Amino acid sequence: MNAAAEAISPPPTVDGAGPSAATGPAPWRWATALWRRRWVRFAILRGGRLLVSLWILVTAAFLIIHLVPGDPVRAAMGITAPAEVVEARREALGLNLPLGEQYVRFLGGLLRGDLGDSIGSRLPVGQVIAQRLPATASLAGLAFLVAVLVAFPVGLAVAVATRGGRRRRTELGFATGSVLLGAIPDFLLGVAFVSVFAVGLHLLPVAGRGGPATYVLPVLSLCLGPAAILARIVRVETLGVLQTDYVRTARAKRLPPHRVYLRHALPNAVTASLTVGGLMLSSMVAGTVLVESVFAWPGLGSTIVSAILTKDYPLAQGVVLVYGVGVLLINTVVDLALAGLDPRSTVGAS
Amino acid sequence: MEADQTVPGRPLEADPALADSLSEPPQVDWEAPTDLAPTRRRLLAALRTPLGASAAILLGLVLLTALLAPLLWSGRAEAIDTSNLLAGPSAQHWIGTDALGRDLFCRVLVATRLSVLLALAATGLSVGVGLALGAAPVWLGPVAGQAVVWFIGAAVAFPGLLLALFFAVIFGASQTGAVCAIGLAGAPSFARLCHTLIAGVMGRDFVAAARVGGISRGRILFRHVLPNVAEPLVVQATMGAGGVLLSFAGLSFLGLGVKAPAYDWGRLMNEGLSGIFIHPLAALGPGLAVVLAGLAFNLTGEAAARSLGLAAQGGYVAGSLPARSARSGRTAARPPAPPPAPAQREILTVEGLRVFFPGPDGPLQPVRGVSFSVAAGQALGLVGESGSGKSLTALAVAQLIEAPGQVEAGRLSFCGADLLADGPRLWRHLLGTSMAMVFQDPMTSLNPTMRVGDQLAEVSRQHYGLGRRPAWRRAVERLAAVRIDQAERRARQYPHEFSGGMRQRAMIGMGVMGSPRLIIADEPTTALDVTVQEQVLDLLRSIRRQDQVAIWLISHDVAVVSEVCDRVMVMYAGRIVEELPVARLRHDARHPYTRLLVAAVPDMTTDLAAPLPTIPGRPVEVGQFPPGCAFAPRCPAAVPLCRRRDPELEPDGAGGRVACWRAGQPWPAVDWTEAAP
Repeated sequence: MNAAAEAISPPPTVDGAGPSAATGPAPWRWATALWRRRWVRFAILRGGRLLVSLWILVTAAFLIIHLVPGDPVRAAMGITAPAEVVEARREALGLNLPLGEQYVRFLGGLLRGDLGDSIGSRLPVGQVIAQRLPATASLAGLAFLVAVLVAFPVGLAVAVATRGGRRRRTELGFATGSVLLGAIPDFLLGVAFVSVFAVGLHLLPVAGRGGPATYVLPVLSLCLGPAAILARIVRVETLGVLQTDYVRTARAKRLPPHRVYLRHALPNAVTASLTVGGLMLSSMVAGTVLVESVFAWPGLGSTIVSAILTKDYPLAQGVVLVYGVGVLLINTVVDLALAGLDPRSTVGAS
Repeated sequence: MEADQTVPGRPLEADPALADSLSEPPQVDWEAPTDLAPTRRRLLAALRTPLGASAAILLGLVLLTALLAPLLWSGRAEAIDTSNLLAGPSAQHWIGTDALGRDLFCRVLVATRLSVLLALAATGLSVGVGLALGAAPVWLGPVAGQAVVWFIGAAVAFPGLLLALFFAVIFGASQTGAVCAIGLAGAPSFARLCHTLIAGVMGRDFVAAARVGGISRGRILFRHVLPNVAEPLVVQATMGAGGVLLSFAGLSFLGLGVKAPAYDWGRLMNEGLSGIFIHPLAALGPGLAVVLAGLAFNLTGEAAARSLGLAAQGGYVAGSLPARSARSGRTAARPPAPPPAPAQREILTVEGLRVFFPGPDGPLQPVRGVSFSVAAGQALGLVGESGSGKSLTALAVAQLIEAPGQVEAGRLSFCGADLLADGPRLWRHLLGTSMAMVFQDPMTSLNPTMRVGDQLAEVSRQHYGLGRRPAWRRAVERLAAVRIDQAERRARQYPHEFSGGMRQRAMIGMGVMGSPRLIIADEPTTALDVTVQEQVLDLLRSIRRQDQVAIWLISHDVAVVSEVCDRVMVMYAGRIVEELPVARLRHDARHPYTRLLVAAVPDMTTDLAAPLPTIPGRPVEVGQFPPGCAFAPRCPAAVPLCRRRDPELEPDGAGGRVACWRAGQPWPAVDWTEAAP
């Protein structure tokens, strides 16, 4: 607790002229202690938030089956199923226990990696997910990377090229293009890609998951929209950063343009863009469901769609949990990147 | 502006991007924003912009189709034609037929009604639930309300589509289930918007008065709060509806929404996908309809939001004007103004310096022919009211005016180098090592994401080719030289860990990383409090003494300038109106403007009982300079000649220069308090 309390105390910002600084310990100890405290404080606050979000997610997933209107087991098994079979299944799912006990058993199961059994296939939910997750995770991960790697350089380049009202035509073209690209839903983009590149030009496979070529169209259709919007955000943020006093200071130091843009403007523009556009990146996790459906991708997307259609609640619950964890992970990665780029964001982590 | 996250994978109106759009980049306004016009007029104005007009027309068409298409084309859309299964586009069937030979174009048109209705229903649900949750602090009280707000905060971190899937698990795969799922999934972002809006309204005086008056929470909510948040909420809902339309298409596409025999765009796409090998238009046609309708809602909302000034909340109101101006353009020299009195060992010579910016009615010229020189080791001051062109003059001399600003000069030489003859690239080393700049606001002049030491060290690394370690040692040493204690530790810190005075000293330290011959200090103490001001001025003075560095101090404060400088230039409306030794400033200034400026500064002999004198009238706006002397309209000594012809800056016979027809002449007594605006 002591460490935490110390970690939360604000860093000293006494003017160097003050007497307190002179009485402090050796400078290097101060420096390391401060550095550590900044990250300790950030880890505690950010980790705490992650835990709370996880708890909300887990509780929401647990509640799914209890919020279903009517009798979920009867709904899942159909009107024709005999009453004894339904009752036996209800017993097997533990739905007759008091709610509190069910919750505790659910949490305990989660800790052991046990998510229950699928109603439809009778397979453990954990096993189904383990089998399907790699396809989805690789798709989402690649799309995330491509979106970031495309959006930041493009946004920065366009901002630099169009600063101060230069190259109006480039600016108009970029703005129009990014708005349109951002307005087309990923699954429609997927359909358009399939019809042009797969059916029309026979360049790439139509569907399915195999070699690297099969990844091209799904990843592109998933990430182009978010990348376009993110690039637009990066451009606006960069234009804002290029007008700041510290960029003027950098120019007054007569640094070469690449250093002004890459070392002084970029980290600040990335920080501002991630703060605003971070949600865009995590939204790609859910976007995989639609894209997988277009490309018959053997991932979690088709699993949850069929689980919803067949009212296989334990399976749906498990997949929702996995997606939720994916979103929280991406949000945390974004925050970590922010903390690394901008020391101020670790100070008041909220 | 909150982004509605229900769009599959991408919120359309992801809002700071809103500030940027098809039309303009953030630009400087030379004028103050005009007054708010009534809502209706502003909405009409939005409709007159090309974007607003086309969006509204598109939305009108979508709604009209939703209304009429089922009445007109239901028959054709349902007609089964077994001789024409999965046909491609033809004159009869514009985008072909489906697996039962039904005309797809008609089906897309007829599907408009269901698609739009379902989207509106889901949006309505989102707004309703969002409003109820967002208003929670009002009707539940602060404690429970805070819990709800906290919950909203956690929920918005999840993408809308994921929330929609979550609710789809609960409500099942059906049309109503999908409306509930998408509606509830959109609720958190609306809740957050409502919460922000309501918190703003609750803080206003009239609500506080109503509460004190004992009016119940419910009544306050319905009578005072809701009417005030309705407008932005409706606009946001319009934008949100576009996103919801896409979400709904997504769910239907997955087979989780509309069930056969009913059909919406998403379902049509789903059916079309299976036949994509035969004819892709079957899937793309309805997709195009979704995108068009989505854009119609979205852009209309966006145009309305702009006209109501909602977008401006997240906008980028840029800093000062000079910040956005910057690199210099070298253009043909104008006929130079009369050369200044020769000074010995000049390190900076400026002749006929002009700065131009594009204005609404032709170029504006905020700096109009400035000529002066600075000798080695001299301390020159430049005073004037804000807007007189002081800072632009400094930036122009430092070659930091960027397009669209333009700089022209007859001569601009620094340390014997002609800055006009070659580009900034060539003089980068000279300027980077010999000319230092200190800006007004130390809070924003240092890069927040770099350690202070690195920001200093990069000067040495760039201009002297020092390695990482030697450059760092130099930075620490310079920080110590500008009297920053524990420089080693401080160098590792970030600017936010420094106080204002320390940051300004670090800026000066950055300037003395090289071997400066001239320090240009633009209002270096304005943002600091008085005790710290003195430290910074003292530092500048001692650097000047030790290294024979010239200082060009720009300030609106006559007292600061006369404390540090030997000579002072006074600037008014983009021109130097007088230049004189500091010793003469208080009692022997010639120009009426200088005399009034000096009189406005209280000193030990000022009569405390009398009101302080002020200069009557207001400074002239850039672009509205009169034909005669720009100060004449405010000048107590002005005669008709002053209003006709602009006086040149000429030697005053006492070692200074003055631009005035009535230089040094007395004027009739003025009652200061009467004359003040």
